[in-house]
Amino acid sequence: MKLAPRLAVLLAAVVVTACAPQTSDNSSSDKDDQSGTLRVWLFQEVGNKPKEKVVDSVVAAFEKAHKDTKVDVEYIPVETRAQRVKAAFNDPKSAPDLMEFGNTDTAGYVKDGGLLDVTKEFGAWSESKDTDPTAKQSVTVDGKIYGTPFYVGVRALYYRTDVFKALGLDVPKNMAELAATARTIRAARPDLYGLVVGGAYMYGAMPFVWANGGELATGKSGSYASAIDSAAAQKGIKAYTSLFTDDNCPAAKCASMGGNDTITAFAAGKAGMAIGGDFSHTAVEAGKVKGEYAVVPLPGVKSGSIAPAFAGGNNIGVLKSTSHRTLAVDLMEQLASKKTQASLFDAMGFLPTFADVRQQAAAKEPYVKPFAQTLAAGTKFVPASPAWSQIDSSLVLPTMFQEIISGKKDVAAASKDAAKKMDQAFGSAG
Amino acid sequence: MTAPARPEGAGRLGVRADRGSRPRGGSRTSNTAPRPHRYRSSRQGKAPWLYLAPALVVLGGLLVYPIYQLGLISFFQYTQAQVSGGEPTTFKGFGNYTDLFSDSQFWQVLVATVVFAAACVVSTLAVGCALAVLLTHIRAVPRLALMLAALGAWATPAITGSTVWLFLFDPDFGPVNRVLGLGDHSWTYGRYSAFFLVLLEVVWCSFPFVMVTVYAGIRAVPGEVLEAAALDGASQWRVWRSVLAPMLRPILTVVTIQSVIWDFKVFTQIYVMTNGGGIAGQNLVLNVYAYQQAFGSSQYGLGSAIGVVMLLILLAVTLVYLRLLRRQGEEL
Repeated sequence: MKLAPRLAVLLAAVVVTACAPQTSDNSSSDKDDQSGTLRVWLFQEVGNKPKEKVVDSVVAAFEKAHKDTKVDVEYIPVETRAQRVKAAFNDPKSAPDLMEFGNTDTAGYVKDGGLLDVTKEFGAWSESKDTDPTAKQSVTVDGKIYGTPFYVGVRALYYRTDVFKALGLDVPKNMAELAATARTIRAARPDLYGLVVGGAYMYGAMPFVWANGGELATGKSGSYASAIDSAAAQKGIKAYTSLFTDDNCPAAKCASMGGNDTITAFAAGKAGMAIGGDFSHTAVEAGKVKGEYAVVPLPGVKSGSIAPAFAGGNNIGVLKSTSHRTLAVDLMEQLASKKTQASLFDAMGFLPTFADVRQQAAAKEPYVKPFAQTLAAGTKFVPASPAWSQIDSSLVLPTMFQEIISGKKDVAAASKDAAKKMDQAFGSAG
Repeated sequence: MTAPARPEGAGRLGVRADRGSRPRGGSRTSNTAPRPHRYRSSRQGKAPWLYLAPALVVLGGLLVYPIYQLGLISFFQYTQAQVSGGEPTTFKGFGNYTDLFSDSQFWQVLVATVVFAAACVVSTLAVGCALAVLLTHIRAVPRLALMLAALGAWATPAITGSTVWLFLFDPDFGPVNRVLGLGDHSWTYGRYSAFFLVLLEVVWCSFPFVMVTVYAGIRAVPGEVLEAAALDGASQWRVWRSVLAPMLRPILTVVTIQSVIWDFKVFTQIYVMTNGGGIAGQNLVLNVYAYQQAFGSSQYGLGSAIGVVMLLILLAVTLVYLRLLRRQGEEL
């Protein structure tokens, strides 16, 4: 066959290194058109209609205020967002002017050169002073602000009121009690998981690490070092992984579960307790356990304390490639304003990122209370480093938890390996 | 990717099997490219190139250029930040390769891939050959049924097949556990049991190729040879070992190499059935690992390096394949 020529071409190609692989030009556009069409990408939620209605009214008001301006909103599926965003960065011509994104992706997108620095505009925006500090941290990279928080999400402990009543159980007040209660439930009701946990459910596991005084990483932007193998973190990892036993949540089934799987199990009435977010409320309400569950903050190590939760949520940012800079920033502020966030809470249950708006929401809807309490007790965020996207997508932490759960490695060895991989990522990406 | 490779191989084999049954000489010269070239090259001039041109253009566009890009990217620090212009692209030399070779996970995955592919090839050949022999011994109706069942398995898209197999072995709803009385045993939790499950699916969807090809080969073996063996009182196994297998050697070589290439590159089954590589990555094979590095973590440079390593391994296998074919061509 044409093997030799093919090899020759390959080798020749390799030798000719003068031509580098393709790179798209993502430098910020100099244009700042005051009219035209603005393209917006928002996430498609489960049951998206109420969100569309809120957004439509914001857009209508915006189009009325700006002559000759049209806003084209597209809802993109959450599962394919990574590809869509990559494509947008690779081809600025087909990119939107504004987009919604998960707050753990901020640093990665900034490094990719996709997001516009809006520090000045954010500071000048009258509503921004009420923004929750953790939410603000999630749009901040190296002291600069790249977008505005859209909503926050935190997780708390869901439990079955009927099961607790039948077994005469009290709501656990600390982590030791949590584990004991879980085992009691499983012993009395073998058809239920005590506390359903997942080996791939990182944001359910991290509160155990944080409550024990551990950290994902120490340092600051540019010089992070992993701390997942510290003594305190190891204690937390041990507390979480010791829940994967036949007397609570059998490893053979629970090791591969992610966050959604645990919520699905709880909603289907297969678990006594679960760690779920405010955003899981709708799914649980739609499940079999409707009316027979309650939510409390996840207890910490000390009795009565609250385990620090991961401050999840989404942001809205302007893309660097936009040719309507002023208009896009204005629309961003309208979409993330106090008024919009309040209506989005009513429509979708998204927790507002403004402290005062959140208080009003909690007063209106009692189910928000445990989540608001959790937020008030202090939350944690992932390292604001571009390396985080890589650590997240190469599954460093789920792999660590699964290695321990399945007995392949002990806590010390697995956490040390994970720390090594994290440090490598921090080293190469800063 | 694999789908077009198979029918093409089958077509080639069909010709080969035919040839075996005929007296020597005959159609051979028109089939083997190098021969006519050797004596008529001066007269033909540009004609062969003209005929080849369309194929060469397609090959160039769809094969050479991507391989060129793959090789090129593997020498650069090339992640999403470089693609979208956030950071300059820097030349890393063999940096990606040294990163890869110093990663203990790569070696684990490579060993797992080789062992898993070997197990798949052996099982596929065993099942395929056994059923091919069976086909020659049964009546028309059951033969048709078996053929149809095999072709059905062959025609099923890998992703559908994987999902169905996964469902069959599901701990909560799967019929297999119910029939075997295993309760809620999870087949995907243990490393070996998960690999075993994937192996079953791979064998199921690839044995038909072996079976059909070998069956065609057996049909082409002259009846008197088998009759003579039977008269000598040879057992079924003995006939296979001493008569059929040696006569079918060219066919067996080809299906083996094809299976090696195919099973080495297995992706869909692992990705679907072990949920992207199993618990703590215990069921990763090279192709899924490359996908994870290149597209999961956006490390396109490193992913390309893995691709190049796979390409070289498979090129080596192909070279062996070509050598074997040529040697047999002279023997025949």
